Amino acid sequence: MDPSIIVDVTGNLNTIGYGLAAIGPGIGVGIVAGKTVEAMARQPELAGRLQVTMFLGIAFAELLAFIGVALFFLG
Amino acid sequence: MVSTATLAAHLGFVTSTHDDGEFHPPTLAEFFPPAIFFEGTPFEMNRIVLVRLLAVAALLLLFYIALRRTTRVPGRGQTIAEMAIDFVKVQIVDQILGEKDGRRFLPLLAAMFFGILAMNITGIIPGLNIAGTSIFIVPVVFALAGYIAFVYAGIKQHGGLRFFKNQLFLPGVPWPMHFILAPVELLNVFIVRPISLSLRLLLNMMVGHLLLVLCFAATHFLFITGEGLGFASAFGVLTLIGGIVMTVIEFAVALLQAYIFTLLSAVYIQQSVAEEH
Repeated sequence: MDPSIIVDVTGNLNTIGYGLAAIGPGIGVGIVAGKTVEAMARQPELAGRLQVTMFLGIAFAELLAFIGVALFFLG
Repeated sequence: MVSTATLAAHLGFVTSTHDDGEFHPPTLAEFFPPAIFFEGTPFEMNRIVLVRLLAVAALLLLFYIALRRTTRVPGRGQTIAEMAIDFVKVQIVDQILGEKDGRRFLPLLAAMFFGILAMNITGIIPGLNIAGTSIFIVPVVFALAGYIAFVYAGIKQHGGLRFFKNQLFLPGVPWPMHFILAPVELLNVFIVRPISLSLRLLLNMMVGHLLLVLCFAATHFLFITGEGLGFASAFGVLTLIGGIVMTVIEFAVALLQAYIFTLLSAVYIQQSVAEEH
């Protein structure tokens, strides 16, 4: 092995890229869902409306992860 | 053993039929199967187009059977159909748009919900095994329907000029900020919205399909085609269980994505008919 090469990486680098891209949306979805649970605990009578808003928030955060998947295939 | 492999290939679990003892992870070729009818014409059909037509036919047939003779005291089929439409009306349309505007847009949004749901569900039906919405054009058509609906609703409600003013100039912002905010809003409302709507649905269904194929292809490899694996082939049990669990999750995703798509379309319509932005 060539001594100037320290680490030899084989395989698809896109996989690592997708892993990085999933961190942010993962945290985001967690915060959205957690805060919704908090809010529902405070005001159970608003649970229905809060749930709708939660799904909207999750949809926006989740999209970034899915763009990561798309770039996995494009790159 | 060989017949299992060809059967799996026919069912769409794996794309490649050659049993060379190698593992074949799923690729994007999964979504572009060879044409089966009318090859070389503009009406060229492949397996996925056929699946979409089947989904639409099944949807129409189910609603026709359920609502053929509507009675005041509903029968079994009618009750289920009414519950389904009531879900769209109460949970999505009325909650976002309110009773008055909701009545106008219920047909469009209900058609959107059930159309997307029917085409999503095909992803987990054995024998079909691909979501009709996992090719770009179907989500784009649904997103365009929503796009046209919210632009039309806004222009009809406010007139062209005021609609664009409402959409582009946020209230309560110091006026020099509009030079920055108006282009951002223009980009957000008229370009990012339809693209993000269609991308979200497309990629959800695409990724779900790829995960299922990955699980079942790995099971197929570990149990049947893989050579010299020895004890390691026991991992096939895990991938098989994973595949079954993913199938259940895919069912939830199919419902959720139809719901979110319709919900966001309703929200966009609401934002363009609302008085203040």
